[in-house]
Amino acid sequence: MSESGKKKALTFQEMLFVLQRFWAERGCVLQQPYDVEVGAGTMSPDTFLRVLGPKPIRIAYAQPSRRPADGRYGENPNRLFRHTQLQVILKPPPERVQDVYLESLVALGIDLREHDIKFEEDNWEWPVGGAWGVGWQVMLDGQEITQFTYFQQCGGMDLDPISGEITYGLERIAQFLQDVDSIYDIVWARDPVTGEAMTYGDVRLEEEQQFSAYSFDYADVSSLWKHLELYEAECLGLLAQAKVVMGAEAPAEVTVKRFPTLGAYELALKCSHVFNLLDARGAISVTERVGVMARIRTLIVGVAKVYAEQQVAVAGASA
Amino acid sequence: MADLLFEIGLEEMPARMIAAAQAELLRRTLALLGAERLLPAGFDPLTDAESFSTPRRLAVRVRGVLARQQDVSEEVVGPAVKIAYKDGAATPAAEAFARKSGVAVADLKTVTTPKGEYLAATSVKTGRGAAEVIAELLPKELAAIYWAKTMYWRAGKPERFVRPVLWMLCLLGENVVPVSFGGRTAAPATLGHRVLSSGEEFEVVAPETYEAQLEGEYVLVDVEARRQIIRKALDHVTREVPGARWREDEALVDQVTHLTEWPTVLRGGFEAEYLALPEEVLVTVMRDHQKYFAVEDAAGKLAPHFLAVLNISTDEHSAGIIRQGNERVLRARFNDARFFWEFDQRVSLTERVKLLENVTFQKDLGSYAAKSERVRVLAAKLAEVANGRGAGLDAAAVDDAARLAKTDLTTELVKEFTELQGVIGGLYARSQGVSATVCDAIYDQYLPASASDRLPRSVEGALLGLADRMDTIAGMFGLGMEPTGSKDPFALRRAANAVVRILAESGLPLGLNDLMVATGAGSVVEKKVLAFFGERVEFYLRENRGQAYDVVKAVMSPGWDDVRDVAVRSEAVSEVRGGADFIAISAAFKRIKNILQQAATKNEVMPTAVSDTLLVQAEERELAMRSAVVSGEAEDLRRAGNYRSALQAIASLRPQVDGFFETVMVMAPEAELRGNRLALLMRIAADFSRIADFSEIVTAG
Repeated sequence: MSESGKKKALTFQEMLFVLQRFWAERGCVLQQPYDVEVGAGTMSPDTFLRVLGPKPIRIAYAQPSRRPADGRYGENPNRLFRHTQLQVILKPPPERVQDVYLESLVALGIDLREHDIKFEEDNWEWPVGGAWGVGWQVMLDGQEITQFTYFQQCGGMDLDPISGEITYGLERIAQFLQDVDSIYDIVWARDPVTGEAMTYGDVRLEEEQQFSAYSFDYADVSSLWKHLELYEAECLGLLAQAKVVMGAEAPAEVTVKRFPTLGAYELALKCSHVFNLLDARGAISVTERVGVMARIRTLIVGVAKVYAEQQVAVAGASA
Repeated sequence: MADLLFEIGLEEMPARMIAAAQAELLRRTLALLGAERLLPAGFDPLTDAESFSTPRRLAVRVRGVLARQQDVSEEVVGPAVKIAYKDGAATPAAEAFARKSGVAVADLKTVTTPKGEYLAATSVKTGRGAAEVIAELLPKELAAIYWAKTMYWRAGKPERFVRPVLWMLCLLGENVVPVSFGGRTAAPATLGHRVLSSGEEFEVVAPETYEAQLEGEYVLVDVEARRQIIRKALDHVTREVPGARWREDEALVDQVTHLTEWPTVLRGGFEAEYLALPEEVLVTVMRDHQKYFAVEDAAGKLAPHFLAVLNISTDEHSAGIIRQGNERVLRARFNDARFFWEFDQRVSLTERVKLLENVTFQKDLGSYAAKSERVRVLAAKLAEVANGRGAGLDAAAVDDAARLAKTDLTTELVKEFTELQGVIGGLYARSQGVSATVCDAIYDQYLPASASDRLPRSVEGALLGLADRMDTIAGMFGLGMEPTGSKDPFALRRAANAVVRILAESGLPLGLNDLMVATGAGSVVEKKVLAFFGERVEFYLRENRGQAYDVVKAVMSPGWDDVRDVAVRSEAVSEVRGGADFIAISAAFKRIKNILQQAATKNEVMPTAVSDTLLVQAEERELAMRSAVVSGEAEDLRRAGNYRSALQAIASLRPQVDGFFETVMVMAPEAELRGNRLALLMRIAADFSRIADFSEIVTAG
């Protein structure tokens, strides 16, 4: 791409504007990023919980996703502790949803006739969430830019209707559009007056350096284990109360409606994040790993089940 | 008669599943048409039926499908005449039968059966039109296609299929057959290439114009044509670099054939500095992660080029853009690999031995450190046995290799490229100054990974591979985690197949029993493991050596501890089995076996030795004498490993065997004679079954 071509490429934030507007115009509710640490946009309740049950939804949001073990102190041009996904949930997926997706690439300024696009099999699985789906990784000139999944199960439950999930890897697409080798060279924004670029590195490098150091070198292992136990205990406590509330003979509608399943889910997500930190810190032996993952699975799948029950109960009461 | 064309359009199918599904759709369509009597006389599936596929479609075309089924008249038997007529008049029973058969009472006939006289009617089943039959039955065949992984997509989950159905096209001649499946009903229309075509559905005029019309919309539906185009384009593009060749990779050609509808090939390059990285790593990145073909120079060394197979046609402008994109991705991946390669080298393999304590091999079998220690002990024992038989192994090198073999599991590069375990260890060992014998053994430890894969280069590598796998197999069996049915989560069958191949082909003087003893497993486990290996040896003889079932059974019978030997015996038996004498001898041995089995069930008394004085008939004396001579000859030849001549010697016994069975009655009324004859047969069976149990050989007729 020529120098002038580079200037025309969208900045990181313009890309986000374009994609959000694109999906809003196709009926998506735009949500803000979820404010609890998650490893992927899928873990936000806007995906994980909303795909459960019969209620249709179209929603899109950018989700910063933290993966402590992937941190590289800001020294690797292609790996991040925290990257940004644009998550689109279409429940149920519209007809010819791949075509709609390809239109979104066109909206980003990608001329499909000038590129090599392939949908290659890639099935998604999140065992801790009892969730899986089938789909593709979308390859654009040899780069994986999107993960496309038809959810089949979540929280160990079959989904009906299913949801289509489109996860754009924003940094990769920006690298592609702007033709830069390092994530840190991505132009995040340009000053409208001077045209001066603010790069991804300007905005985020410090964070990468410090959080890599925190995850690998500083995080206090015994505190992390304590956090994990506290979050877990509280989450289990809520799940136990949920049984009482939902299992009551004739529960008051307001009690059911106000039962904080969403709070329980946040606690489960906290556990997942603390687990990832412990893992990055090298504090979890392979033998322990399976056991701790099973504990977190109990929380997340437990929450999903309660959430599904609660939805049915509330819908039943208002019917 | 008309040609049938059916196409189902799908969102991109997984490349790995397409070929089998295409074949299955053809098979099912032909079976349906055959069973429904819609194929013309003289129909030849090889010339009159075709199938097609791309990532987005499966299609079949069948020539000369009959317009309708022929009417079939069939005779139906009804009630007995004495019930059907009373005093010469038809009863309600007769009327009901006539109604049911669609004929008038007057047209009913009488048939005579062993049970008496009955009414009968010739009922004519009117043939149905082909379109009606296909529309009704094809959806069931579609639903039954096997996919390794399927999904739901419609509300209410009415069906599972590999991916959502986008369209269907079904023509019988020029008429549409309204096949319905997955929420779609067939139309006379299809879609072209996702990007290159207009994107609009277009009508297919007739079954025979299918390929040409799709080609006009940038889709090559003929898989073999696509494969050839890709191969030619790979050649063509490589020729731009003098002296260069692309690395042949049939599996990759197959994969990209199933990933494209309109393939073109693009050559890209990378900075020569990356060639400092091991070729194995570069090729893995290109092949497994990017689906690129590697290019080598005239000397066979990796050259700084790659070939990408695209699913689009390009001009100079777009080729430039696409090349640049692919090059950037590859550069990023090579950079990652280089980072890991350099990072890993900061900690030597020797220092990594300790780190293996943190890597679990299996919950109950401990860490990889524990496994490595067990493998060292096992390998040392085996090396001693083999060296006692003159193998000339470098036992110290085997020990070093066993100690370091698993340390690469702690490296970042192996975490990134798990398929390169072992290889990476070998490469790191080399760059850390470890001896070549040790490096090669580490490098080759997982070979052979498949039936067509090569064996370790050295006996040291072969021995390490044996010890590692035997430790896993004995350990897993000890925990009761043996494979059952189609379940083999720890791939123990593959491990055992590799053990068998190494024993048969590496030249190491070891038998299965030596391996078992060295593991120190208890007798219960040992028995189970050996039975499991029995199946693997049979599998090896059949699949790798191409031996027939009966030959395999025959040569397994005298024993299979020495896998090399059982393989040689199977080849000798296969060579001679066609001879007339050998066939006769095989039949005779079957007879001998039956006689002895029956005698055993009747508790017949069988002396341990044959008494000459009780041999009263000339033919039995002849057989006793001649078999004793031949047995000596055959045994000498067998010991010398000359199985073929030994078998021929045994076959030469045919006249005496034939003579015996023609004239001598084994089960004579006199107990003494009977016992003696059984003893003779027993001796013959024992003497001549040391190479193979001939009674297992299947003889025609």
